[in-house]
Amino acid sequence: MSYKAKFKVWRGEGGEGKLEDFTVEVNEGEVVLDIIHRLQATQAPDLAVRWNCKAGKCGSCSMEINGKPRLGCMTRMSTFTEDETITVTPMRTFPVIKDLVTDVSFNYEKAREIPSFTPPAGVRPGEYRMKQVDVERSQEFRKCIECFMCNNICHVIRDHEENKPAFAGPRFLMRIAELDMHPYDVADRQESAQEEHGLGYCNITKCCTEVCPEHIKITDNALIPMKERVADRKYDPIVWLGNKIFKRAK
Amino acid sequence: MEIERHEYDVVVIGAGGAGLRAAIEARQQGKRTAIVCKSLFGKAHTVMAEGGAAAAMGNVNPDDNWMVHFRDTMRGGKFLNNWRMAELHAKEAPDRVWELEAWGALFDRTKDGKISQRNFGGHEYPRLAHVGDRTGLELIRTLQQRVVALQQEDFETHGDHEAYIKVFAECTVTRLLKDGDRIAGGFGYWRESGNFVVFDAPAVVLATGGIGKSYVVTSNSWEYTGDGHALALLAGAKLINMEFIQFHPTGMVWPPSVRGILVTESVRGDGGVLRNSDGERFMFKYIPEVFKDKYATTEEEGDRWYTDQANNRRPPELLPRDEVARAINAEVKAGRGSPQGGVFLDVSTRLPAEEIKRRLPSMHHQFKELADVDITAEPMQVGPTCHYIMGGVEVDADTGAAAVPGLFAAGEVSGGMHGSNRLGGNSLSDLLVFGRRAGAGAAAYIDSLPARPKVVQELVEEAHTEALAPLGRSGENPYEVHHELQRTMNELVGIIRKAEEVSEALEAVEKLKERVQLVGAAGSRIYNPGWHLAIDLRNMVLVSECVARAALLREESRGGHTRDDFPGMNPVWRRKLLVCSTEDGSSVTVEEKVQPSMADHLIKLFDRDELTKYLTDEEMTEFDGIAKS
Repeated sequence: MSYKAKFKVWRGEGGEGKLEDFTVEVNEGEVVLDIIHRLQATQAPDLAVRWNCKAGKCGSCSMEINGKPRLGCMTRMSTFTEDETITVTPMRTFPVIKDLVTDVSFNYEKAREIPSFTPPAGVRPGEYRMKQVDVERSQEFRKCIECFMCNNICHVIRDHEENKPAFAGPRFLMRIAELDMHPYDVADRQESAQEEHGLGYCNITKCCTEVCPEHIKITDNALIPMKERVADRKYDPIVWLGNKIFKRAK
Repeated sequence: MEIERHEYDVVVIGAGGAGLRAAIEARQQGKRTAIVCKSLFGKAHTVMAEGGAAAAMGNVNPDDNWMVHFRDTMRGGKFLNNWRMAELHAKEAPDRVWELEAWGALFDRTKDGKISQRNFGGHEYPRLAHVGDRTGLELIRTLQQRVVALQQEDFETHGDHEAYIKVFAECTVTRLLKDGDRIAGGFGYWRESGNFVVFDAPAVVLATGGIGKSYVVTSNSWEYTGDGHALALLAGAKLINMEFIQFHPTGMVWPPSVRGILVTESVRGDGGVLRNSDGERFMFKYIPEVFKDKYATTEEEGDRWYTDQANNRRPPELLPRDEVARAINAEVKAGRGSPQGGVFLDVSTRLPAEEIKRRLPSMHHQFKELADVDITAEPMQVGPTCHYIMGGVEVDADTGAAAVPGLFAAGEVSGGMHGSNRLGGNSLSDLLVFGRRAGAGAAAYIDSLPARPKVVQELVEEAHTEALAPLGRSGENPYEVHHELQRTMNELVGIIRKAEEVSEALEAVEKLKERVQLVGAAGSRIYNPGWHLAIDLRNMVLVSECVARAALLREESRGGHTRDDFPGMNPVWRRKLLVCSTEDGSSVTVEEKVQPSMADHLIKLFDRDELTKYLTDEEMTEFDGIAKS
């Protein structure tokens, strides 16, 4: 059952590096992360990789396998032929720290820029009443394991460092949608989604949805509805008139 | 030697449920708080928790209340639990769950819009607040987002997000630092750069989780190397109940690379059944004497229970985890196992496919992606996996304080709450209840301090030398030493134990200790996993010794400690706690300590008949006196 596979793994630190060749044993049922671990244990003890749960639940082992963003722990070796060379590289959108480990602090900074859940005043813990059907929309987005592969693949920032300050990325635009659809959230999020977090940069190519390991329909269920909410408001004549009058009154 | 220094009031080590809840509490009480964690923020092992958080809210069955939950918890732990912790836990869990909702959590709902609650092993009523089978993720994300919310508040008032609460992610603490008897801070390194860091803080909360990485087959992630257990021991604190390890009955058994990964108990809570290779629902054969009157004796009754709990008893698939794990082990040993060495767990013939996908989405996904098994169409194969350690730092129930002033512990790293066996669902609630209490305990401790302890430079230098040592050596590969430790513990101090084997394990651990002293790590200090493992090995070996020593001494079988040579429960042993400590930092000594008697108002919650199964004659005489008064 076991065979020797050919791997090319990106290795390097401090902004420099190259693909290194390895020949390594593969056994039945293994995933790419197992192979990386075997390399650590037998050939390259200092090979850096992030991982935690090894069950697709924590979103730590994001990497690019043959150029596609994947979780190492959920990519089975049986999806490749035995004579195929498998190339493993770090996520491209974030700066490399070492080998397969990237600096993902961009994501944590963006998370901090989104105003938190804002319940109405006067509802005490234990008093929340919500219908299952009303929580399901946001629950879909809360399945997110923060692997950041959607932000990694998004062409708005993948090769456009200059867009990073103005764009929260699919992960955090989806977070805004999640809060906007939360039955008890009262904050106004639609204008800021567009003006501050860069929703307008998204031109719904659905790359984020394709790479999501949780199969969240990021584009269809979060980004497009959010765009519609923004558009409804921006181009609704009554809202437009209301805004004019409101502004004049100020 | 250049070392980064930070001053805080409270340093929380670990960013799982307990750590984050402790940090939130400390910050809410105005303390400057650091959260130090080995992984990225939001990746802690808590995300793996699937089933739910047990809290007697009574949303599904109004007969539920804290007293019923307390009783279930004590029964699950075979009455070895710290009763005060079990009481606080049962009373406070509902408030802790409701609080999460006010911070944005979205639990599954009942028809009338309340938080839904599901059945679980050992819980008399549906009690687990849940979100499908990804409750741990919801909990960690909610707490993570609460930390961010507090940072946003601090930005408003102080112009700095990190003025009062800061996360030091991918940073490992290797030593606690003391000033005389008191905690003065901690020493660690950044995984990313290999640079060293000193935290100067009068209070440290340990929330580092468990020790599963000392075993081969485990549901635990790489972080579970017993760091907090070892840090506490090395700082002079004591560990209790280390012999009690929970082997979760249902881990994946195939493919080999995912062996041990958890299959949630919700599968059984929602109707899944266990069968052997003869197709027999074997759990009916394994209902122990103490639970005889509480579980269904026929399949028909067990099946009726899912829809009518008032008139039927629970199916035995929902016995506490220790019982189910032993039963599976026995079936496999008797040659009635599944082709890949487990037993069959089947939900496909019990629920419609759509319902399975709705209730157990991540199990469906996990089996599909990792094992090519569609759980809506065929049974899973499952077997026991090392999941949780009941033992840990001996703490004061109300404040989480350890024996060392300034040291606190909460969650899996603390001991006592779960006795000899934890009920499913009691972990997430434990994290919240005692995380909050430890954060509050640390804050109160600081307020009572006359002067701030000082970090002693000599200790910093010692810790620095210790951490650097493996890098300079051309010694043995740390991965090999780790594998050998895992094999030793798995084979010799596993689910079923006997004296000869445990003694053999202790000899092996002694030799491994020497090898750990000599392991070498190649490469630089920058994100070097070989070096990190070399450092973690010290903790794993020390904690493994605690487990083995205590397991050898306890000559009975109870909960997560099964002795082949002492198969029964012995009431005399129920009164004894085994307490581990170390004088020299490398060898462990174990002493017996008397378990304090349960408070009168709590013991009266049980029937006399039930108590006679657990207590000594002497204790029963005392009880009769209490019952009369």
